[in-house]
Amino acid sequence: MTALRLEGIVKSFGKVEVLHDIDLEVAEGEFIVFVGPSGCGKSTLLRVIAGLEDATAGIIEIAGERVNHVPPAKRGIAMVFQSYALYPHLTVRDNMALGLRQAGTPKPVIAERVAEATRILHLEPYLDRRPAELSGGQRQRVAIGRAIVRQPKLFLFDEPLSNLDAALRMNTRVELADLHRRLNATMIYVTHDQIEAMTLASRIVVLRDGRIEQIGTPMQLYNDPQSQFVAGFLGAPSMNFLPGGVLGKSAETAGIRPERLRVAPDGQLRARVHHVEHLGGDTNLLVDLADGHRLTLRLFGQHEHAVGEEIGVSYDEADVYLFDAAGRRLR
Amino acid sequence: MNKARRNPLNLFAAHAILLTWTVVALFPVFVILINSFKTRKAIFREPLALPDADSFSLIGYQTVLRQGDFFGYFQNSMIVTVASLFFILLFGAMAAFALSEYRFRGNTLMGLYLALGIMIPIRIGTVAILEMMVALDLVNTLAALILVYTAQGLPLAVFILSEFMRGVSDDLKNAGRIDGLSEYVIFFRLVLPLVRPAMATVAVFNMIPIWNDLWFPLILAPAEETKTLTLGSQVFIGQFVTDWNAVLSALSMAILPALILYVIFSRQLIRGITSGAVK
Repeated sequence: MTALRLEGIVKSFGKVEVLHDIDLEVAEGEFIVFVGPSGCGKSTLLRVIAGLEDATAGIIEIAGERVNHVPPAKRGIAMVFQSYALYPHLTVRDNMALGLRQAGTPKPVIAERVAEATRILHLEPYLDRRPAELSGGQRQRVAIGRAIVRQPKLFLFDEPLSNLDAALRMNTRVELADLHRRLNATMIYVTHDQIEAMTLASRIVVLRDGRIEQIGTPMQLYNDPQSQFVAGFLGAPSMNFLPGGVLGKSAETAGIRPERLRVAPDGQLRARVHHVEHLGGDTNLLVDLADGHRLTLRLFGQHEHAVGEEIGVSYDEADVYLFDAAGRRLR
Repeated sequence: MNKARRNPLNLFAAHAILLTWTVVALFPVFVILINSFKTRKAIFREPLALPDADSFSLIGYQTVLRQGDFFGYFQNSMIVTVASLFFILLFGAMAAFALSEYRFRGNTLMGLYLALGIMIPIRIGTVAILEMMVALDLVNTLAALILVYTAQGLPLAVFILSEFMRGVSDDLKNAGRIDGLSEYVIFFRLVLPLVRPAMATVAVFNMIPIWNDLWFPLILAPAEETKTLTLGSQVFIGQFVTDWNAVLSALSMAILPALILYVIFSRQLIRGITSGAVK
């Protein structure tokens, strides 16, 4: 069944159109990630789905029901915000219960759902604290709990991990994935971080300047990007782009992923090492070609290379992606 | 304070400056207070001397309490000040919320229009206000004063509060909307508590001028039963003879409620500032 359907969504602020003709269909149980650089319209699109912004044109359907004119509280959604947005004057328990109470849910049901969410998120010790007495990670868990208790048809996440430190972000990411498996709920997640997108999504929607650039599973997007933008956005370090001529191609641009390049004395390219990053598990090599173009190589394991060293770089023809002047993939 | 950063000389200088300022600020109040407890002769003989057994007298307070309805004046002042502050804060905050929260045509223009009042003294319109109050049959009522003071305080209130409300997290308001809170609940329960420091600032800014005002009570509500404290005290100041005992006593008593209101608001102010600082 379709959990969410967008058809021809347009959003303008005054004369500025920020979303152009967005079409999207999300099946029940999918984890959809909207990803793109800042200003691409991904948060606006989420707000339109939530009903916090009105769509200028187009149709929004949640679970088969048209909700263009339904207020956010009645759309059957729950949203988790980047800044947690907990009610500062309420305890953790009341923060989670408020939405249900507002909807007139019977008290025993509220207590049961709050207890369930508390158990899933390990929030028992904090139930009677106020948000000010919690750490960032705990606050984010409360915010997620507030979403869970509503048992929504659609979970919306607006960059929920951006305010957490790196270690906590990783843990919370895993918890979110667990949560998705456990609740089997439909989730829509906005982020600018391609790692979050790749690790969490069942399908990724790449947005650029208010348009959908490509939709697909993480591996489809990684292996088969439709444009230079998608190719460069997903994968870290990002794809190397060179003028086609450097690799002997007629295309405007040729791209090759850093992990597909190898150091080989008889490689097709000659380069000089500019900088070496030792990460333990992998080694990143930044090298300059004779004509000044810089490439990144991602080598697995530990490799000793001196800055200034002359090396050969080899690649497989099959790993080269070709793009035209407009950034479209040439096949 | 951190010991390593504590320089005795700096500490001394800072305290010296603060103490000097405190003395300068409190001196007039102190002089009023001590002289209100002295006989008339003693006031003029040695204005700076403390009241002693010889010069101590409560004649001023007795005069004040005997002549005119001092407690009535006091009550009038209190009603006018508190009611005006209430309306200034309520309507100011509502207008500020609308201006900062909703996108509508003419938003900026409306904000400018509301802020314009900061620059135009309301007293310029005294004659028109008086005519209006006469037409509305509001002359010699406290409502007239409350209306005028509310109008006088709103521009600054809207200006300050809308700046603060822009700083309140959008996410919080949106979370409330998704949880099904009405705009009123969002305004009163989520936004207002977060702008409490700004509300205290506005209240303090508006309170003293209203409490001390002589102009509008004199013009709009000079009747005996609507006299405010400031106006009531004027009976002791004559063109040729002034009853200094009574004037000083009345002033001493007038300081008190203003002081209490100020303490209430300024504690709010400090609490708001410190709670915001550590997030």
